[in-house]
This record gives sequence, structure tokens and C-alpha cells, in this order.
Amino acid sequence: MTTGSSTSPRPVARRADAKERGGLLVEGVTLTLGDGDATVTALDDVHLDVAPGEFVAIVGPSGSGKSSLLAVAGALTTPDSGRVLLDGVDISAASPREKARHRRERIGFVFQSGNLIPALTSLDQLRFALDVAGKRPGDGHDPRKLLERVGMGHRAGHRPHQLSGGERQRVGIARALVTRPAVLLVDEPTAALDRARSDDIVTLLAHETHESAVATVMVTHDHDVLGHCDRVLSMVDGRLTE
Amino acid sequence: MFLAWRELVFARARFGLMGGVVALIAILVVLLSGLSTGLVNDGVSGLQRLPVTAFAFAEGTKTDSAFSRSTVNVDQAEAWKERQDVGDAAPFGNMLINAKATTSAGTQVPIDLALFGVEPGSFLAPAVSDGARLGDPDGLVVSQTVLDGGVSIGDTIVVDRLGTRFKVVGTTGDQRTFGHVDVAYLPLRTWQQVHAGAGPGDEVRDGAYEEATAIALRAKDGDRIDLSGGDAAAGTTSMTLEDSFSASPGYSAETSTLMLIQVFLYAISALVVGTFFTVWTIQRKHELAVIRAMGASTGYLMRDTMIQATVILTVSTAVGFLLGLGGGTLLTTTPMPFALEVAPLVFAALLLVGLGLAGAAAAVGRIVRVDPLAALGGQR
Ligand SMILES: Nc1ncnc2c1ncn2[C@@H]1O[C@H](COP(=O)(O)OP(=O)(O)OP(=O)(O)O)[C@@H](O)[C@H]1O
Ligand SMILES: [Mg+2]
Repeated sequence: MTTGSSTSPRPVARRADAKERGGLLVEGVTLTLGDGDATVTALDDVHLDVAPGEFVAIVGPSGSGKSSLLAVAGALTTPDSGRVLLDGVDISAASPREKARHRRERIGFVFQSGNLIPALTSLDQLRFALDVAGKRPGDGHDPRKLLERVGMGHRAGHRPHQLSGGERQRVGIARALVTRPAVLLVDEPTAALDRARSDDIVTLLAHETHESAVATVMVTHDHDVLGHCDRVLSMVDGRLTE
Repeated sequence: MFLAWRELVFARARFGLMGGVVALIAILVVLLSGLSTGLVNDGVSGLQRLPVTAFAFAEGTKTDSAFSRSTVNVDQAEAWKERQDVGDAAPFGNMLINAKATTSAGTQVPIDLALFGVEPGSFLAPAVSDGARLGDPDGLVVSQTVLDGGVSIGDTIVVDRLGTRFKVVGTTGDQRTFGHVDVAYLPLRTWQQVHAGAGPGDEVRDGAYEEATAIALRAKDGDRIDLSGGDAAAGTTSMTLEDSFSASPGYSAETSTLMLIQVFLYAISALVVGTFFTVWTIQRKHELAVIRAMGASTGYLMRDTMIQATVILTVSTAVGFLLGLGGGTLLTTTPMPFALEVAPLVFAALLLVGLGLAGAAAAVGRIVRVDPLAALGGQR
């Protein structure tokens, strides 16, 4: 399973034009959570630069601030200071309404256990994402083709409870990509999967990152899958290091 | 819209249960609406069908006992007739009696009647669908409901105790009742004799022939009447026809009881729908967080829930109303005061759907408070 790394372009070459060509740029972001005596510095002067088509993994102990970084990069939380640029657009000072718009236009999320909508079939999960994003057919990917691409074409009519954990994650990845986001944020995608299944999923993520030229940040505890990533950063006490 | 419909189908058992409750309430609403209309008809249809704008009672008469307590002088009609806005004014007599009807077959049946004494030539004299018009001193024109009770035109009716004998000469052909008692029209002069307590051959006391219960007023060309001005001129206390309904025995108590039950039903229905959507929203909290993380606006999610509420409410109200109308049609054939009329039913259906939507709207306010951040991490 080396397709990911073999087709991977050299990340260093890409990083230089991240600002102009899109991707994700986090500059000097600090985030304090909680109030009173219980304040925690979840992110401490974090810098991160992910180019389109680059697959970055972030590892670190529990409570080090990995999810907080995804929340800030994904326009879910406003940082106390610093800037977040998505596809060249500064989202750090956006209102909740504008944040929602940035999320549907520029960001794809892949969650820990898929987080699929119980009522919807695999194909409808993708169609629903297009509906939420307000995209007309043609603006996004063709849902059926994308489902084929992630190897779920034969499960198009199945609902989440009829799918295995790995299959759910594949549908989740397709759902995040169907709107053609600039940035893909992935939160512990293999937490609920066995070794072989984990490898499959991360290989797929690497492949799709390069195929769709999306800037991908994946948070993980799973050191076995890091071989598929272009770059691995580690997070300790809110600080990000190579 | 995309999700709303698919979720309705997916969670059809849950939505079906709530729809079932709303449908049952809708059935009750139809039955109570029919009962209300029926009670109104039984209570005041005799008054409703009079071509009257207002009644002028004796000065100082209270609403709740107006028809049984008031006595006016027939001459007071003249003072009212001179008013610019009064098209016609005539004395009107009203009293309740117990009597026995002797049918042509010879059997005797007890019968209660509300006697409406009117001058045969006046505007109050009823149109007759069958038999003779009002005219004979002892001739009664009765509500259709009297004939439905087994009495026929030509039968004799004898007033209890007094022994006064009447003959049924005609019928109005429709339901005319007052305080659940069938109406019988008779000439004012005969009414005055009965009202004075004079039986056949008895001396009628002085002044009896100048008495009536009230002066019935008809506005000129459907205009309103200046009641206080007329009262000052004629020395009466007048009220509109609608206000006089409360003077029908039991009318206020019955209608307010039914009104109260219906208000409770509407409130229960709104609460059931509101509670359902509150629980439904709480159950989907994580799912809603995921959809918001995907970038859905609050408006998008609220619209989806309101579409679900509209579909469920409309379908279940329609089903409930159809069942209620089916059951109600059976009831109209029983002696129960029950009548189905379009206007109150349409109003009830709109109110049921409208209040249900209000309940759902109150519940979807929770969607605003769902934090998309909750989608991250391993809650599920
Ligand atoms: N709402 C909050 N209020 C206060 N402190 C918080 C809040 N959310 C997170 N924290 C704290 O912020 C720090 C970073 O949390 P974060 O969830 O980003 O860690 P993480 O690296 O994702 O951990 P894990 O690997 O367990 O998911 C932790 O110390 C956590 O206790
Ligand atoms: Mg975390």
C-alpha cells in the first residue's frame, strides 16, 4: 500500500505557494479555554502551513490541543490571537454566520467514527452534503462516481447501521470531499478500526488528498499509519513541533 | 427539505405515534365542535331565525334572566318605531310551558314548548313550509322538531293546569328551539291570556293585553340601531340579538364549558407536538452538531424541522377530521344536540395545525444552541 507516498509530490516544493494557491495557513494562533481558575492554554503560538495536495499528520498525547487546532482551522472556534487563512481567505475574525459559510464552501470534515446521518443511504450522505453546501450538480463531484472511487459503489443504498466501521469511514471521507473543499480536516479517523482497516483508510486519505489537491490535516494516535503522510508534526502542551 | 422527507420515512414509527395522538385529538375536536354547534342550535336557534336586530326589554333588566323577567308595554313599540334607524318594531312574548299533545291516534304525549307570541301580521310572524300561517287565535305554528317528536299538523295540545287548548296548524320546516325547548308561535293576544294565567272562560286581569316580554326591533336596511338613544326615548333596556343569546336558559354555562374543553385540547395538542420535537431535537443533538459543522445554517435546519411538523400535522389532522366526521354523521341521527357545520370545522382544523406549528417552532429554538464543536471528538 504505497500508492499514497509514491504519487506524493514533494511537499517542500508546494509549501512555498500555499498563501497564493490556497491550502491552509495558521499564523501565531493562541487559544485559551475555560474560565476563572480553570483556564487552559490549548494552543500556544501555533504556526502551520499546509499546501494543496499535502497530507499532514499531527500526533501528540491526550489533551495536548490537537482537536483544538482542528476546531480553529475548521472555523468552529475563534482563536484569541493569530490568523487562520483558508484558501487565501482570513476566517479568524468571521461572525458565526460567515464561519458556517466558510465551512460549507471551503472545509471538509472527517470525524472519528464517520458521524454519518442515520436516516440516509451512502449515496444520500453525499447528496445531502451538496445540498447543505448549496452546490448544484456539476459544482461538486458526482456523488456516485466519488462513491465508486472510495470503493463504496456497491454500498450506495445502505444506511450507516448496515455498514462496517471502515465502510462508514470511507463514506465519511467521500462526503467530506464531495463539495470540493480547499481544506480537509480529519479527526482520529482510525480510532475505531483494526490495523488493516486503518491502513486502508489512511491510504485512501493520502490518495484523495493528492488526487483532489486538497490540504489535509489529520489528527491521530495511531503511529502505524504515519508512513502514508507527507509530513508528521507533534503537539505537546499546545505547541506544535516538527 | 432533502433530509426532512428522508427522516420522516426513516423514523416513521416515531412520527406515526405523534401523528396518531394529533389525529385522536382532531377526532375529539370535531366531536366537540359538532356538540358546540348543536348546543348553540338547541339553545338559541329560535332567536337566531327571528328577523330581529335587537330586543328592548323592560328598563333595568339583567341579561341572564331577560326573557323570563322582563315585561314591557306594547305601546313602547310605538316610541321605537319613531326612531330614524329602526325599520320595524313589534311586541314579542316569550314563555315556557308544559303541555300534553293528543295525537290523531288518540295517545297523549307530554311536551314542553317555548311559546313565542307575535302579532300575526307583524314582521315577526314566521314563514310556514307546511300547513297554515299564523292567524287562528288557538292555532300554533311549530318548529320542525315538534313534528319530528311525533306530533302532526291537526293534533291538539293542552296546556297543563290552565287547560287552554291549541291546535297545530303549521310548521316552520326548520329547527327553532330556545333553551333546548321547541318553539311554538302563537298570536300575541292568546300568548297574553296564557301569560296572565287565564284558562278557558277565566276573567283576564286588567292590563294583560298591554303586556309583552320585549319589543323586537329590526334595523332599517340592515343598519345598526342607536340602542341607548332609543332606550332613553322609549324607557327600555335593549341589547343586540347576539347579546340576548345569553338570556337563553343554560346557554352561557354550556358554551363556556365546551369552550374551556376545546381550549384545553388545543393546548394539549400544541404541547404534545412541542414536546415531541423537543425530544426529537435532543435525540439528534450530535447529528445536528455534525450537520452544523458541515456548514448548515440554523435556518436550513429549522426549515427542515418545520417541514416535518407541517407534514405530520396536516396529514394527522386530515385523518382525524375524516374519522371525526364519520363518527359525527352517525351522531346527527341521534337526539343528541350535534350539528356539523363547515365554518367552525375549517377554523378548528386551521387552529389545530397552527398551534401545532407554534409548538414545533418553540422546540426548534434549541437548534440554535447546538454547538457544531460537539461534532469533533468521539461521542459516537
Ligand atoms: N471546553 C473546554 N473548556 C476548558 N478546557 C478545555 C475545553 N475543551 C478542551 N479543553 C482543554 O484543552 C486542552 C486541549 O484539548 P484538546 O481536546 O484539543 O486535546 P486533544 O489533543 O484533542 O486530546 P485527545 O487526544 O484526548 O482528543 C485539554 O487540556 C483540555 O482539557
Ligand atoms: Mg481530541
